[in-house]
Amino acid sequence: MNSAIRRLAVAAMILMLALMANSTYLQAFRANEINGRNDNNRVRDSQFSVNRGPILIGSTPVAQSKPSNDRFKYQRTYPSGPVYAPVTGFYSYRFGRGGIELTMNSELNGSDPSMAFRRIIDVISNRPQQGGSVTLTLNAAAQQAAYKGLGSKTGAVVAIEPKTGRILAMATTPSYDPNRLASHDSAKVDAAWKSLNEDKDRPLSNRAAQELYPPGSTFKLVTAAAALSSGKYTPETKVNSPAELVLPQTTVPLVNEDGKNCGGSNTATLTIALRYSCNTAYGSVGLALGPDALREQAAKFGFGARPLAELPSVATSQFPGDPNEPQTAQSAIGQFDVRATPLQMAMVAAGIANKGEVMKPYLVQSVKTPDLKTVSETKPESLHQAVTPQVAAQLTAMMVDVVNNGTGKPGQISGVQVAGKTGTAQTAKDRPPFAWFTAFAPADDPKIAVAVLIEKADIARDDIAGGKLAAPIAKSVMEAVLGQ
Amino acid sequence: MSIASTSVIQIIPRTRRGVELLLLVIAVGVSVAAYVNIGVTVQNEVPASTGYYAAGISLLAVIAHLALRFRAPYADPVILPCAVLLNGLGVAMIHRVDLGLTAIGRTKGVPFAPQQITWTAVGVVLFLAVIIVVRDHRRLQAFTYSLGLAGIVLLILPLVPGLGANVNGAPIWIRVAGMSFQPGEFAKVCLVIFFAGYLVVKRDVLTLAGRRFLGLDLPRARDLGPILVAWLVSLGVLVFESDLGSSLLFFGLFLFLLYVSTERAGWLIIGGLLFIGGAYFAYLSFGHVHRRVTDWLDPWAIDGGQVKLGLMGQAWGGILGRGLGQGHPEATLYANSDMIISSMAEELGLTGLIAIILIYTLIIERGLRTALGCRDIFGKLIATGLAMSFALQVFVIVGGVTGLIPLTGLATPFMALGGTSLVANWAIIALLLRISDQARRPQTPAAPVSDETIAMAVQKA
Repeated sequence: MNSAIRRLAVAAMILMLALMANSTYLQAFRANEINGRNDNNRVRDSQFSVNRGPILIGSTPVAQSKPSNDRFKYQRTYPSGPVYAPVTGFYSYRFGRGGIELTMNSELNGSDPSMAFRRIIDVISNRPQQGGSVTLTLNAAAQQAAYKGLGSKTGAVVAIEPKTGRILAMATTPSYDPNRLASHDSAKVDAAWKSLNEDKDRPLSNRAAQELYPPGSTFKLVTAAAALSSGKYTPETKVNSPAELVLPQTTVPLVNEDGKNCGGSNTATLTIALRYSCNTAYGSVGLALGPDALREQAAKFGFGARPLAELPSVATSQFPGDPNEPQTAQSAIGQFDVRATPLQMAMVAAGIANKGEVMKPYLVQSVKTPDLKTVSETKPESLHQAVTPQVAAQLTAMMVDVVNNGTGKPGQISGVQVAGKTGTAQTAKDRPPFAWFTAFAPADDPKIAVAVLIEKADIARDDIAGGKLAAPIAKSVMEAVLGQ
Repeated sequence: MSIASTSVIQIIPRTRRGVELLLLVIAVGVSVAAYVNIGVTVQNEVPASTGYYAAGISLLAVIAHLALRFRAPYADPVILPCAVLLNGLGVAMIHRVDLGLTAIGRTKGVPFAPQQITWTAVGVVLFLAVIIVVRDHRRLQAFTYSLGLAGIVLLILPLVPGLGANVNGAPIWIRVAGMSFQPGEFAKVCLVIFFAGYLVVKRDVLTLAGRRFLGLDLPRARDLGPILVAWLVSLGVLVFESDLGSSLLFFGLFLFLLYVSTERAGWLIIGGLLFIGGAYFAYLSFGHVHRRVTDWLDPWAIDGGQVKLGLMGQAWGGILGRGLGQGHPEATLYANSDMIISSMAEELGLTGLIAIILIYTLIIERGLRTALGCRDIFGKLIATGLAMSFALQVFVIVGGVTGLIPLTGLATPFMALGGTSLVANWAIIALLLRISDQARRPQTPAAPVSDETIAMAVQKA
């Protein structure tokens, strides 16, 4: 009888061991997977109640958590909400996170492995978990100038420090107020979310980095770079620039914006063709170089790769895969299927400004623990040598000419030499063209490179030209940085 | 067998009541610390009710201890502290969930923790009654068939119109004078005694081997009657009361006792096959069983399902737990009853959960050790039955909550909110301690035993 009882004792022990083994598997090995589930309110509640670290510009918070007296102990606030919204993103209970709030979530809520030591100290001393702070590279004056310059227009501005790749400004309009989504009043948040998503101007979209546009004539910088790099051209090389360029295999000619030839002659130098932004001249240069040379040059400026990991869903700029000859000519002037983000066009200007070396753009300067110990500091990193310093110098001189004598005159700053390029990209007949301006200054020692895109403005169609609409905004952003 | 059994039988008789008192101090200390910890983290103050709680649980522990000291001095010293600790932690967690429910505005009027403390007091009174009234467990053998009948009546009670009440989908409750009881909890005790008494008498017949098959001695076909009856009763509980857990518990207990009394593994095989057949039948025939199984296979599919919410709580607890008062156990349905193990795992972590399972294991193995040391077959069978009822119950409910097996509604012994279960468990502990007192008592002077029992003891030794 006792042997049967012993066997039962062993059986009971096995049952209990099975319980312990199963719980070990669940709580030690599967915990992360289950905690990461979207429908896990528990984890969301608790993260929402953490004293989340601030997002800073210098020492000024653009997102911070303030104590609140409801079920979540902290309220996330965005002091100048819409200005920084495309970068900070939002932090909502129901609708998740965006921007830096999303990509730097573990650092901001303090759960990142880099803060593990601090967290253990917190557990031992029974302090609540506290998040780290993220300092951005943004320049408050430049950001304010960009947002103010865009005003009621629909568009985006990106400014980059050419030598480092630090992003100095990233603005988009229309923007939104992240405070509306971070509210603890779920009915208000629901209503805000609904109206923001139904708004046909898509205020939640970061036009500066998440949307692709035909870059228009600003892409001529890439075509010019490819031409000069090929060794077959100098800025003084004369190219064919008729009023109408009949393209091979087609009957529709490529025309210049004003329908005239370039500078009064059917041939023009690369410099003069850039000054007046001649489509026929750069179209024929593109035809002569061929699509591969153009694509290669574009890739060296960053096309074809995702440029910025610190924001979610950043778009990759593209040069078309296998264009035929008319498509190549169109592509050379930034039309057809060439697509770029304002961020990408700012990188083109920054690369030329930095003696041909494109720096990897970045937004996060440093991450610090709550007691201000630096966890990580971003170091500038080279992306590509897009053109040689000589070609960069030639391109700079051509861009200076554009601002001094050509389409870029509205971008002039008194006492500072600006280098720039305008663009007016046609899309459909029934919608206004996109106005572009990309520039850097001072031309001899660039401190800032900027790209401005205007998608839509409440003015007559004729007035939309990169020089008139976009250049003044670029000018004010550059002045904000240079005036400091 | 000889070495191990002599080691059990030749215990130098010591009462060990001092050890028990020390363990009780620890058990009470841990429970009160848990209660205070919860108050401090949730309400930022030592709760005003701490005195009431500490005094209550200390008083009950001391009363139970004194009862043993004077009425069952040789009783096992570990079982009572384990029970007190589980009960104390259970009340603390129920209090925790009370606070959690209040915080999210889902409170249902009165808090549950004070009710549970009241029921603990009732449980300790029953504990006293059993220790004092049942001076010798062998006297219970005289009530074998009465208790068997009582067990069946208790099982059927919830089906009586006007008396039965359907709580959370299973009609296993009765409502008397505005209070709900789960008679099945007491049926369990009655039936264990009935099985033991019945098997003491019939075991010789049941031991007779029938056909030998695949190296197993199968019992004679004409002896299959009792197991078939037990099986049918279990199925009846399942069919009419939708109570998968109790059904499994009753049948399992009968099977274990049959095996222990006959030492024929053939019974386990037959019983196992009957169980599998019954379970499959239930899976096919009953929507609620089917639902439990699908919920087990894919707990994530059901939005807001209690298994899913529980698993999330446990995962959130991780290895070390969120800390008492710092999780969200109230986010799980039935966080203070069916799912209390999940609440514990969330706030105390894997570490705490394993400690709790080990405490249950201690009770179970101490109970089985009592069975080993017990000198009469009736006592052996009761102790085995009671200990294994704990084992089955813990396995079924903890396994269900942690996703090892489909969730079935059994109370987590001593912890889950629910008066009947708590009181019945205190009675079970009292009975186990009564038997262990006899098992560990010095053999001389021997208590007068019937000739029949001595004959059986000699025969088996």
